[in-house]
Amino acid sequence: MPALEDYKGQTPAWCPGCGNFGILKAFKEALVELDIEPHQFTIVSGIGQSGKFPHYLKCNTFNGLHGRTLPVATGIRLANHDMLVIAVAGDGDCYGEGGNHLLHALRRNINVKLLVHNNQIYGLTKGQASPTSMEGMVTKNQPFGVFSEQMNPLALSVAMDCSFVARGFAGDIENLKELMKAAIIHKGFSLLDILQPCVTFNKINTYEWYRKRVYHIEPEYNPEDRIEAFKKALEWGDRIPLGIIYKNHRPILEERIPVIKDKPLVRQSFDMSGIETTLKEFY
Amino acid sequence: MDYSIKIGGEAGQGIQTIGNTLARVFSRSGYHVFTHQDYESRVRGGHNFFQIRFSNNPVTASRNRIDILVALDKESILRYEKELSEHGHIIYDSIMIGNPPYPPLEKGGKGGFLDIPFINLAIEHGGSKIMANTIAIGAILGMLGMKLDFLIGIIKDTFKKKGEGVIDANIKSANAGYNFAVKECKRCSFTSASLTNSKMLISGVEAIALGAVASGCKCYSAYPMTPSTGIMNYLASKGKDYGIVVEQAEDEIAAINMALGASFAGVRAMTGTSGGGFALMVEGISLAGITETPVVVALGQRPGPATGLPTRTEQGELLFALHAGHGEFHRVIFAPGTPEQAFFLTNKAFDLAEKYQIIVLIIFDQYLADSSWTFDGFDLNRLNYTDYRLRGDIFKHLSEYKRHAFTDTGVSPFGVSGDSKHLVVTDSDEHDEEGHIIEDAETRIKMVEKRLFKKLPLIRQEIKPPFLYGSSQPEILIVGWGSTYGVMREVVDVLSKGKNIAMLHFSEIYPFPLAKNNPSPTLLPQGEGTSEGVEFDYLTLLNKAKLTICIENNATGQFARLMRTETGYTFTERINRYDGRPFLLEDLIGEIDARIGRL
Repeated sequence: MPALEDYKGQTPAWCPGCGNFGILKAFKEALVELDIEPHQFTIVSGIGQSGKFPHYLKCNTFNGLHGRTLPVATGIRLANHDMLVIAVAGDGDCYGEGGNHLLHALRRNINVKLLVHNNQIYGLTKGQASPTSMEGMVTKNQPFGVFSEQMNPLALSVAMDCSFVARGFAGDIENLKELMKAAIIHKGFSLLDILQPCVTFNKINTYEWYRKRVYHIEPEYNPEDRIEAFKKALEWGDRIPLGIIYKNHRPILEERIPVIKDKPLVRQSFDMSGIETTLKEFY
Repeated sequence: MDYSIKIGGEAGQGIQTIGNTLARVFSRSGYHVFTHQDYESRVRGGHNFFQIRFSNNPVTASRNRIDILVALDKESILRYEKELSEHGHIIYDSIMIGNPPYPPLEKGGKGGFLDIPFINLAIEHGGSKIMANTIAIGAILGMLGMKLDFLIGIIKDTFKKKGEGVIDANIKSANAGYNFAVKECKRCSFTSASLTNSKMLISGVEAIALGAVASGCKCYSAYPMTPSTGIMNYLASKGKDYGIVVEQAEDEIAAINMALGASFAGVRAMTGTSGGGFALMVEGISLAGITETPVVVALGQRPGPATGLPTRTEQGELLFALHAGHGEFHRVIFAPGTPEQAFFLTNKAFDLAEKYQIIVLIIFDQYLADSSWTFDGFDLNRLNYTDYRLRGDIFKHLSEYKRHAFTDTGVSPFGVSGDSKHLVVTDSDEHDEEGHIIEDAETRIKMVEKRLFKKLPLIRQEIKPPFLYGSSQPEILIVGWGSTYGVMREVVDVLSKGKNIAMLHFSEIYPFPLAKNNPSPTLLPQGEGTSEGVEFDYLTLLNKAKLTICIENNATGQFARLMRTETGYTFTERINRYDGRPFLLEDLIGEIDARIGRL
């Protein structure tokens, strides 16, 4: 059984008070409780403050390019579906730069767990609007306020019939940990959007702002009712729901590819003996 | 004998079916065959052609002169009538396309027009007008005085799944076309050769794909784009037999990143695209560079900029491929000149990618992609498969592991994540030996040296010299790379009769092959088409020649520029073609003759 210390990585270079610390803590606790050892999973991260997440942990890591976490994660799963693959991205990373990849990961239903550190701002580049910044937010680059409508990743995911859709809050570690565990256990593409205060650049969506609004979804709520899920996903403003918004049991991509049905690709050795026969097809 | 058949018509009329079937009949009969396709970017209509050359001697290029023109539209007659040889024939169906604008045989010469009622014969003998193409194929074989046996065999193979009825109707149609031509083509005077051994017929894209299969490629992720789509099609068809996952990505950015993910996880991975898609992949190419993740990319060139002439041919992306990717890192570039080279260089691409943990680019073009060549077979003993990854128990029992460990060769062992408690970590940021993000100058310098300077001399040693064909002390030296191989070779065959000429062909382009100090080059064996052989000082050869011509299917002479950059050598002449069409034999001879005349 792994202990929390087993996951200790580099010392985080995040700002003191950053929401990422809560996410890191919840994640480590979730791994311990699920009995997952560092070598048993791979984190694919992108660029942004969230991109550094796997360096502050111990795990197999592919810290790739901005926006490109999901294609890399998909490639890893195609090659080795015995490996738990967790994609870690930010709101700019996943909902902006890599938006197209998100749409198609949702369609594929590849069994990747996507954690989005959603701080509603660009932190690494110092304070520009992100796809989830609220309309009207004034920044250095948006001096007249954000004109575009705020993206709703949860409603998008429900609309795309995403296999598992949930929202957590970096200031509610216990609940976040449970959601992470549920996402990891769930079979299917899982999107966990995590509200993450950026203490340096986002002066609107602060810990206090979130705390006033978030609530835990009622226990009697049925996350398998897609219409209800869509309604729940649209809630934003005075009341922001935390918990599992939607889930279904669509077959995962890996199970539908006959080539890897019995064994992951990485365990299939290459047999050159058939080439001679294949060559004959060109006669 | 050396005949060319051209089938012209609209997209969707079955030009490819006729062309591919005839090519297969000829290759099974034992002829040497070369085919080339010219098509527009549309699914129906327009004007396309398929040209087949076959001979009892090796053929490796298309000619300007044709012996049989199958005109499925009127435009074919108007466009290609002038290409007809002295004995040439045009076959057409006047009910389909009307009569030619002038009466048959008015042009004089020994050939002529042959009006064959493709559609009526098809309905009469095959029960449907869709048999018209089989009528045409049968008729051509009748005109050539060849037997129908091989065609009947191909019909049986092709329609096995469709049942006896379809097979029977096609055989009847083939006979009807054949008999019609034998009876009606009174002026046909084609000769045939008696050959025995069937030959293999394979196109450039098929050869690349087959090379990938034969190299243990396990994952191919790509977005469809002419002229590379054929690779994906072939690999998808072989996925089940060889355990290959083919994933159609949402875009080329995803395609390269998926390939990198699969490679990182421990399998051989590849992607393929054309210039526009490659432009999107460039960021991922750079990612492969810093993470030292092996990947093979097939880049099928076509005329740009932007969408350009999407179904035509050009060698316009050599320097793009060479410089693609931000930052400084290594790559290997191969540019095969024949399907055989494409097959073996794809195998070498996988080997080098895995051995040195680098990106290897195979650049080809529409001309090579869609051209089929005949061979007596590929020598599978020349294939190389070495698994360089750390797997299973070996990785499990290792006492220490760092993904990017500093070594004498610059190559760090690449473990398969999950096989061991050791972690496999990599980063697009500069990183330490473990793979974790760093900022310090000292580590950065060591990492740059590891990736660039330590690996380079080793990679260079793997690169074979160019292929010399013709005179060993040439006065005239024609030089090219990639798909111009075949036509240049035939030019040398033709001009060698009166001139001291040779061809120098580069298929392993980067790192640029070194010119070694060996003043007398050994002439390489003919017919191999590969860069096997001793290293020799091609620079001395170039310097001694009176006339050196760099022949390229592009406007700016990219290879000539690369040669100058790498060696300081400037060609005395250049021939560039940039109309989106390949060099044809007679055209190129004319161009070279003009330059010899100026000597």
